[in-house]
Amino acid sequence: MIITFDWLKDHLKTNLKEKNLLEQLTNIGLEVESVESLSGDNELFKVAEIIKTEKHPNADRLKVCDVNIGENEIKKVVCGAENAKEGLLTIYAPPGAIIPKTKTKLVVAKIRGVTSYGMLCSESELNLSDESDGITELTEEFRKNIGKSYFSKSKSNLIDLSITPNRPDCLGVRGIARDLAASGFGKLVDLGKKKIHSKNRHTLKVKINKERGQGCNAFGSCLITNVKNSESPKWLKDKLISIGQKPISAIVDITNYVMLDINRPLHAYDADKIEKGIIVRNSKSGEEFTALDNKNYKLESGMCVISDNKGVLGLGGIIGGTRSGTEFNTKNILLESAYFDPGSIRNTAKKLNIDTDAKFRFERGIDPLSIEDGLNKAAKLIKEICGGEISKIDVQKIETYKTKKIKFDPNIFEKISGFKISLKEMIKILEDLGFEVKKDKKRLELTVPSWRPDISQEVDIVEELVRISGYEKIKYIEPIKQRKKSTLNKFQKLFHFLQRSVASKGYLEAITWSFTDKRYNDYFRDTNKETKIINPISSELGVLRNSIFSNLIMHINKNLDRGFKDLSIFEIGPIFNGSNPGEQNTVVCGLSAGKKSRLSWIEKDRNVDVFDVKRDVVQTLVEVGYDSEKFFIDNETPNYYHPGKSGRLFLNNEKNQIAAYFGEIHPNILKQIDIKTESLVGFEIFMENLELPKKTLKDLKVKFSFSDYQKSERDFAFIVNKEVKAQDLIDTISNVDESLIKDIKVFDVYEGDNIPENQKSIAISVTIQSSERTLNEKDLEKINNLIIKTVENKTGAKIRS
Amino acid sequence: MSDLKKIKDEFLSKLSGKLDISEINQIKSDLFGKSGLISSQFKKIGTIAESERKKFASDLNIIKDELQDLINSKTNEFKSAEINEKLEKEKIDITLPERSFVRGKIHPVSQTIDEISSIFSEIGFSVEEGPDVENEYNNFTALNTPENHPARDMHDTFYLDEKKQKLLRTHTSPVQIRTMLKDKPPFKIIAPGRTYRSDSDQTHSPMFHQVEGLHIDKNINMGHLKGCLNYFIKEFFEVDKIKMRFRPSHFPFTEPSAEVDIGYEMKDGKIIIGEGNQWLEILGCGMVHPNVLKNVKVDPSKFQGYAFGIGIDRLAMLKYGINDLRAFFDCDYRWLNHFGFDPLDVPTNYRGLSR
Repeated sequence: MIITFDWLKDHLKTNLKEKNLLEQLTNIGLEVESVESLSGDNELFKVAEIIKTEKHPNADRLKVCDVNIGENEIKKVVCGAENAKEGLLTIYAPPGAIIPKTKTKLVVAKIRGVTSYGMLCSESELNLSDESDGITELTEEFRKNIGKSYFSKSKSNLIDLSITPNRPDCLGVRGIARDLAASGFGKLVDLGKKKIHSKNRHTLKVKINKERGQGCNAFGSCLITNVKNSESPKWLKDKLISIGQKPISAIVDITNYVMLDINRPLHAYDADKIEKGIIVRNSKSGEEFTALDNKNYKLESGMCVISDNKGVLGLGGIIGGTRSGTEFNTKNILLESAYFDPGSIRNTAKKLNIDTDAKFRFERGIDPLSIEDGLNKAAKLIKEICGGEISKIDVQKIETYKTKKIKFDPNIFEKISGFKISLKEMIKILEDLGFEVKKDKKRLELTVPSWRPDISQEVDIVEELVRISGYEKIKYIEPIKQRKKSTLNKFQKLFHFLQRSVASKGYLEAITWSFTDKRYNDYFRDTNKETKIINPISSELGVLRNSIFSNLIMHINKNLDRGFKDLSIFEIGPIFNGSNPGEQNTVVCGLSAGKKSRLSWIEKDRNVDVFDVKRDVVQTLVEVGYDSEKFFIDNETPNYYHPGKSGRLFLNNEKNQIAAYFGEIHPNILKQIDIKTESLVGFEIFMENLELPKKTLKDLKVKFSFSDYQKSERDFAFIVNKEVKAQDLIDTISNVDESLIKDIKVFDVYEGDNIPENQKSIAISVTIQSSERTLNEKDLEKINNLIIKTVENKTGAKIRS
Repeated sequence: MSDLKKIKDEFLSKLSGKLDISEINQIKSDLFGKSGLISSQFKKIGTIAESERKKFASDLNIIKDELQDLINSKTNEFKSAEINEKLEKEKIDITLPERSFVRGKIHPVSQTIDEISSIFSEIGFSVEEGPDVENEYNNFTALNTPENHPARDMHDTFYLDEKKQKLLRTHTSPVQIRTMLKDKPPFKIIAPGRTYRSDSDQTHSPMFHQVEGLHIDKNINMGHLKGCLNYFIKEFFEVDKIKMRFRPSHFPFTEPSAEVDIGYEMKDGKIIIGEGNQWLEILGCGMVHPNVLKNVKVDPSKFQGYAFGIGIDRLAMLKYGINDLRAFFDCDYRWLNHFGFDPLDVPTNYRGLSR
């Protein structure tokens, strides 16, 4: 909502300055978004006449104009506008002027070899309207002003207020003035009652159909006959221009003015174009009409339309139609002042995607008791400016407005705000805001002003009182440093720990969108369900991610393009497997590309590989508190991992929940994405599948016991079939005697010379120690043999001699 | 002069010269070998008259120790010289780079969330969370924003179904609803998380982060709200004083509602928080609307309190001087490295937010 201090003064008597005004507006919740002078040094912009145009010698589209800027001074100006022609009255900006729209300063410039002294301005360049097609065209009326400044000398600034959706009353200047007056910033001017006293009959019949979902509760109107529509008088034009609106014709300007002044949208019809009478009804599916924005709209059923015998005239409260629009030759006017239901307005406007000033106001709620005030004010102005005869006012209603009453307990104020104001003060504020206040024992009985649809209960009254008293009156109560509940739950602690544990292994934490490109998502979706966003900001962000890999790989690729070769990034966040709340899981996902020890003088470089990420996953899980001895790992992984070089990890061999996947990313995906790196490995840890720790650190520290008896290490080399897994050997050996076998290490795996085809050799070192005594050779020999025998029996291995 | 003294003097003088290791070994065997001079003297002890034996033995031992120590020290000198010579040859260029190490980083948003949690932890808030995908009811209706309410226009919503029943939450406020529905008052929670709105430009990103705050108890009023936020902002920006302005605003789910501005000034192109005459909007808050409390079966005549919502990314930008919101989610390795935090920098109550 744009206002000027000058306009505000029509409704508010105050001696205070604009600076105070700006502060006060923000303090009472009418936030000042910006303050802007309409056109800088606006005196520089002069009314001028083009007296000659010639084609530019070096450019087909440009013209060289001789421009009369007054007192017989002629300037040569190069202009590209098609409408620049001899005799046109327009607005000239000299070198040195600052163009309001672009904020650029004009200079004398050569344009394609011809010197141009200044510029002829379009309306949009002057912030007069959005019209940027051609230069401003002024009417003959301005001829006498040639050489004079186009803008009146008003120094009033444009004040742009951000009016919250609960305050439709402040979409009119008077509403803002009322709030200011209540807060002590001046006095609200009494406008008196300006009723039309007319004996003329209203001869156009208006009917509101009583039907389901009727969006119009009341339709007030009057006829004004024998008018002469014209341009608006200067005061009215200046008023509209002062807030950046473009004057059109007296009738349209008056309805706009009344809307901006008292927030009462009106509509003027050419009464001669209405067939018989007005019928306010629900639209039928497929009905069409051309609106004043020159667009043709096809309606669905149930939209509130104003119609006549021939069809739709306009969408009530949203936009009028061209068929019944007023023009300069309009003689008889039907002036409409109606009340439309906010919900109905919103539904229709949303479906048709129309936004107008009227719609913006009606959907927030117009004062239902302003119907007649609006008609009176506008009809009187029309008569003054355009002449004619006003008829009696006719108001059709299908519902009567009921005043809202609230019983307010003054004690609630302090209970909520934490500070005190006197009852007297409360009553004054409320009365200034337009409430009727009656004292009823301990309570106040309040009648809510009809222009305040936002107020319906006691707490709304509290808000009004705090707002007008000033938020600075609220005290600061220091918070108490006391904790009754732990800050994080176990899951959150786990999240926190995993996050920092992974980061400590050299991964940079990334945060990427929860949505992704469908193409990338499909690479990593495996068999999971896709969730589409109905209205994505772009098609590349059209689905919720099924895996974090989709985004990470995209970003790894971008970073490779930036010239980085060895990268490790991770993200901890949600992945989605459906469109219902809760169909999401928290995943820690990491990707590592390139080499280890690249360009190292001391270490030989090598590609990052699956055992790097396996270490990262296992170490992270161990750090978080899981026992790696119990981990169970196999090679069943989703299709986006290299089928031979990837693993699946369970926290124990019951294999209930998959704790993690890790491995090389499938080479096909790398090929399709065209990612250029020596190696790309990744992992996913599924947080919901990790059992939350039940024990505290205190519980975890069990009795300390150890053995001082001598330990022995024995090495074995087994030849096994290729399919046999190292883990099987380890498990088999550890089961031989859990009390004696303390540690098992694989120290070599070999295939090739001296080993039969399809077989491999696995060398294992076993640490044997008793907690009761020192084992002698015989004991060791016994357990050695037992290990060999068991492994051979269970896995088909042969001990290498 | 006794024999002993003679031996001593002779060998002390021998040992004071410049000797190589074989000469030292020769002296050692001359003295302590099987028939060495000192060894011979020891053999003599039995032949010495009883009256003088004790003194002789004692003198002999003293001389033996003295010479032996001297020989040992000479030998050690020699050995260490030898080792030193060897070590000298092993000397390397220590300025060559160490074995490479890796250093990961924590994203500034994560760090900021941990900072926020740590600050609110101290005044008794616990952390709650909710899903990113929400239903229309929790995101809007329960928060006193019924269908067709113009306030819904302020939230450009991503929908997941044609009926617009499922959506990506536009704010963290639905966590208020979930928390209050599953528990009984009092409530004192914060809820950080991802939020989504379908606009995208220099200052808007389709995904961003918010932290919700909710404190409901029997007598919580706007003074508590003001005190709590003032405390938080001071702690967060690690300043002693903060200029703060509460001004009236409107959110459907709070009444009265406020927006909070903090004072700042620009110094050398950097924002200085807490001073100056410029205002910067940083959060929205208010007293939880009685309609919201009714929707979650909390009796508004018995319980009341405040809620607030703060943009986390924006806080991080202000605190750490980050200009571009879009960069947060762009994953530029250089940016992550520059603005990321060491994983050891865990904000805690006792250690504070910074090192």
